Amino acid sequence: MDLRINFASGVPIYVQLMEQIKHAVETGAIRKGEQLPTIRRIAEDLAMNPNTVARAYRELETEGIIEVRHGSGAYVAVLPGSAAKSAVMRRAADVLRPAIEKALAAGVSEPELRRIFESELARVNDGKPATRGRT
Amino acid sequence: MSDGIINDTIIAASNLSKSYNHKPALRGLDLAVPRGSICGFLGRNGAGKTTTLKLLLGMLRPDAGEIRLFGEPVDAEKSAIAARRRTAFVSEDKELYPFMNVGQTIRFTRPFFPAWRRDLEEKHLRLFRLPLEKPVRQLSKGMRTQLMLLLAISRGAELLIMDEPTSGLDPVMTEEILQALADLAATSGATMFLASHQLTEVEQICDRVCLIDEGQIVIDGLLDDLKSQYRRILLVFDGEPPATLADLPGVDNIRRRGRTASLLAHEDVDALLERTRGLGPRSVEVRPVSLKELFLEHVKGE
Repeated sequence: MDLRINFASGVPIYVQLMEQIKHAVETGAIRKGEQLPTIRRIAEDLAMNPNTVARAYRELETEGIIEVRHGSGAYVAVLPGSAAKSAVMRRAADVLRPAIEKALAAGVSEPELRRIFESELARVNDGKPATRGRT
Repeated sequence: MSDGIINDTIIAASNLSKSYNHKPALRGLDLAVPRGSICGFLGRNGAGKTTTLKLLLGMLRPDAGEIRLFGEPVDAEKSAIAARRRTAFVSEDKELYPFMNVGQTIRFTRPFFPAWRRDLEEKHLRLFRLPLEKPVRQLSKGMRTQLMLLLAISRGAELLIMDEPTSGLDPVMTEEILQALADLAATSGATMFLASHQLTEVEQICDRVCLIDEGQIVIDGLLDDLKSQYRRILLVFDGEPPATLADLPGVDNIRRRGRTASLLAHEDVDALLERTRGLGPRSVEVRPVSLKELFLEHVKGE
């Protein structure tokens, strides 16, 4: 699992960690039943705060994505339907990829593309502007 | 407060005041650092950071207010000595004897601390690649900091008070020091209070930040909570942004430029958004707020 945190971003670090771990599970990079790195390992590898890693793990556990077993670490939860979910995610990525490549080839910059994506997503949702993060 | 809360607040300062020649440096400063957290202490030069550190280390006495370390008042002689044994100060070049070499410094310090950890000493000698034979005076700034950190970790300090631990260091050394701090936090649960100008290091290693300005704490909280709470709302209008914007409840700060207005808010952002929509903007955009923006918005300019 390749974790990359943008510490300077306004997005909370534990949220970034959660999203990347979820993405790794959804794409099948780590599978159900497999062990996640320890809190200490992630904190040391990224030279970041272990309390923040622990918070991400706690939230992921609450959401049922991972299971924390005392003394032996954290594992990807064995969820029904998660294989189906990862197939849907892969299909969605296949649909989006050519559109992204086309836009980039036409000279749209990456930040512009992100803005287009966010605003289109918001429009599809309910016309409200997108609010980042969770409550 | 229950005993548990008192004991789990490692640094507790209340209503601290300190003046030099009738010029106030601290004006009723409150501080609470819970056990196991790494707290970044930010502020401009002259905001009161150094005074706060000196008070915490017992190098100065406050004019008013109280400091407790590990739940005990530091002005009582007996508990002050106990607190100092559990506390280490890490700064770039204080408290080391320049004529000793690295090995001598370690052998000199070891017997003062019965809980000395040889395994941690050896681990950090390897990690930092410190040359045993080199005199302290010939060490680079980064190596002196690494040596102080090695001493603090090996003696089993429960509270590390650090002053600019990575300022002026190259990125590799900075990363090595931050890794050592992350490892220490994960394995020992030590509490760290880190005065710094380096926002990038604070963002990376700290779970908590305190921002001091003009002798008072203006922001105090978990960094991720602050990032969740604060939002910047960017509004574009057809003409001048309406004057009533500044009066909307929940607006911390407003900037106008031409047809656009930018609001900073941290309370009830959704309600504020609804109200701004009522003023008929052409577009509304909500963005997260970085620590750098928070810093710049909360310290007073020239």
